[in-house]
Amino acid sequence: MAANKKKTMNQKHDRRTFLKGAATCAAAGSALIASGCNNRPLPGGDDEMSVRWKEYFKKNYQLMTPEEKEATIRRLEQLSKLDYDVDASIARTEPRGKVLFGYAFNITRCEGFMDCVQACVEENNLDRKSKTQYVRVFEMENGQMDISTGNGKYFHEVPKEDHFYMGIQCFHCEQAPCIKACPTKATWMEPDGIVVVDYDWCIGCRYCMAACPYWGRRFNWHDPEVPKEEMNKKQHYLGNRMRKKGQMEKCTFCIQRTRNGKLPACAEACPTGARVFGNLLDPDSEIRFVLKNKKVFRMKEELGTDPKFWYFID
Amino acid sequence: MLKTLKNELVPFVKDALKWNFSGSRGYQIYLCILFALMVVGFYAYTIQLTEGLAATGMSNIVSWGLYISNFTFLVGVAAAAVMLILPAYIFKDKDLHKVVIIGEGVAVGALVMCLLFILADLGGIIKAWHLAPAIGLFNWPASILAWDVLVLNGYLALNVLVPAYILFCHYNGREPVAKRYRPFVFLSIFWAVAIHMVTAFLYEGLPARPFWNNPLLGPRFLASAFAAGPALIMVVLIVIHRKTVFKIDSQIFNKLRIIIVVAGTVNLLMLFSEIFKEFYSPTHHSLSAVYLFFGLEGHNALVPWIWTSITLNLTAIVILGFNPGKNNPKILMPVCVTLFFAIWIEKGMGLIVPGLIPSPLGEITNYSPSWVEIGVTIGILALGTFVVTMLIKPALFIEQRFEELHGESA
Repeated sequence: MAANKKKTMNQKHDRRTFLKGAATCAAAGSALIASGCNNRPLPGGDDEMSVRWKEYFKKNYQLMTPEEKEATIRRLEQLSKLDYDVDASIARTEPRGKVLFGYAFNITRCEGFMDCVQACVEENNLDRKSKTQYVRVFEMENGQMDISTGNGKYFHEVPKEDHFYMGIQCFHCEQAPCIKACPTKATWMEPDGIVVVDYDWCIGCRYCMAACPYWGRRFNWHDPEVPKEEMNKKQHYLGNRMRKKGQMEKCTFCIQRTRNGKLPACAEACPTGARVFGNLLDPDSEIRFVLKNKKVFRMKEELGTDPKFWYFID
Repeated sequence: MLKTLKNELVPFVKDALKWNFSGSRGYQIYLCILFALMVVGFYAYTIQLTEGLAATGMSNIVSWGLYISNFTFLVGVAAAAVMLILPAYIFKDKDLHKVVIIGEGVAVGALVMCLLFILADLGGIIKAWHLAPAIGLFNWPASILAWDVLVLNGYLALNVLVPAYILFCHYNGREPVAKRYRPFVFLSIFWAVAIHMVTAFLYEGLPARPFWNNPLLGPRFLASAFAAGPALIMVVLIVIHRKTVFKIDSQIFNKLRIIIVVAGTVNLLMLFSEIFKEFYSPTHHSLSAVYLFFGLEGHNALVPWIWTSITLNLTAIVILGFNPGKNNPKILMPVCVTLFFAIWIEKGMGLIVPGLIPSPLGEITNYSPSWVEIGVTIGILALGTFVVTMLIKPALFIEQRFEELHGESA
């Protein structure tokens, strides 16, 4: 009996090894392109080829069962160790109920220090080589309101006299043109209002980028580079996990932080308190106070995109 | 049934291959040049594959460049076959009926190039299966790009299957059964307009880009395509007329010339209307047009190109309109090449790049394609030319032989 059982197990094992081998062989073509020629063993008995093969054939994140989500996250953590030598912990924290995130930016208070930009780069593992920034701050002359008259590349002491500052990032529009544009449903709005990208499902056609009226999206023209010691290990599948070349990315309202009740890195870093973030569905939230009591406006409102990002004046 | 099909299909394919790869010394050299250019393109593409799209001249501001420009223009060339199909099948024009097959060959070549340009532009080409039915996830009907994938592949299928069926019948010495293919011919007429309008809607549907967000874009696409496409077909016909035993009647040249003049004039009229709108009362939304025609803040990479294009376009249409050579191919040839080149500039880089400049935040940058991009583009163009050649050469043999056997009834 025991011998029999052992035999079945052996057979099973053989079959699994065989299938794995077959998958590995079949994967060789595409996976080789992606990874070079090594097939390194991974902790937990898997080997690199089969992990990359399964990653290549996984579904769109929206269609995955919780088990499939867990499995891909485990694989991504293994590959993070392999590719970047970093023990990342990738979360898939789901949206909380009765939460709709919104943002308000105080143009009276902002003095253009750009601490928000730096905090965002560090928090979200943005590419250091091409100096990718999700958040940008434009220096505007008093009397002007059109962002295209502003200067997004200033290198001098701030605040400059007769100038004010306008921060801009993805506005997480309720009627987002980028979502409509995507041919593969690789970008969508989560129930808490965050517009996210499934990096691994994106085919890199950049139609969303052409469709965005706020220049809210960034493309990985090459593999992003983040020094190992600077990499933020607390990651989220839809947030700051490492991207690859050929994928679109954008501000996620720091999904890895805000779904755990923290502020986005930019809002936390702001030394002047110009950045207000919160739950639009909570009548007692600071953002609701701003919307109710301040003079607010939104950028290019005539386009009907309905951004969840307001500017206000004290 | 299956056996006879096999007996007829195998020699059909064998003969087609034989005809394609045999020919004069000049033809062999021509094939070798095309092959060499394809190798260049392939090599350039391997570099893009390893380095990523960073190997191109594109950036986060000008995020589409030479590839999408060529794609957009070639959709027009593909749709132009309809300018032969429509008179041939609806108005029963006997002259044009004889050259329909050549127009369809050009359309297939153009469509192959369109699809390759889209693939070359993708950041993750190995994930292109995400667009495939059943295994992928298609954002249809919301995404116009999803529509475009459908209509382009559908049009390719129509333009491959219908001529293949007709040629196959002619090869085996029998008349094709009209009710088997005519419905698809009529479908392809509507489909040609559809690939155009859908491709125009890709751009027209983006309020983020005022230069494209313009209801004239679709109709202008049609008009310019119905000038550039027949111009290319005319060039192909002249080459065939000169280099093969297949002779083209000068009536055909005349009819094509009239089509080009009418479409080209409508195109220029709409261009004038666009220029009027942008410059009579310039708004913030006119900045892209200013960039294109005059340059902005010292960035003027496209200025010489667009003025060259407009000058050549006007000249070509005037010459074709007055027809000083009385349809002499010696004059038609250079004029059609000129017109084709002029519309290639205008509907390619002249349409795509200024749509992205200035950026939605008002930032201005120039774009010039890298050598990798130019190499890949040349490779794809060579491959498309190769496809057109491979389709038209056996088609001419088969049609010639069938006509000799059946006289005028063809």
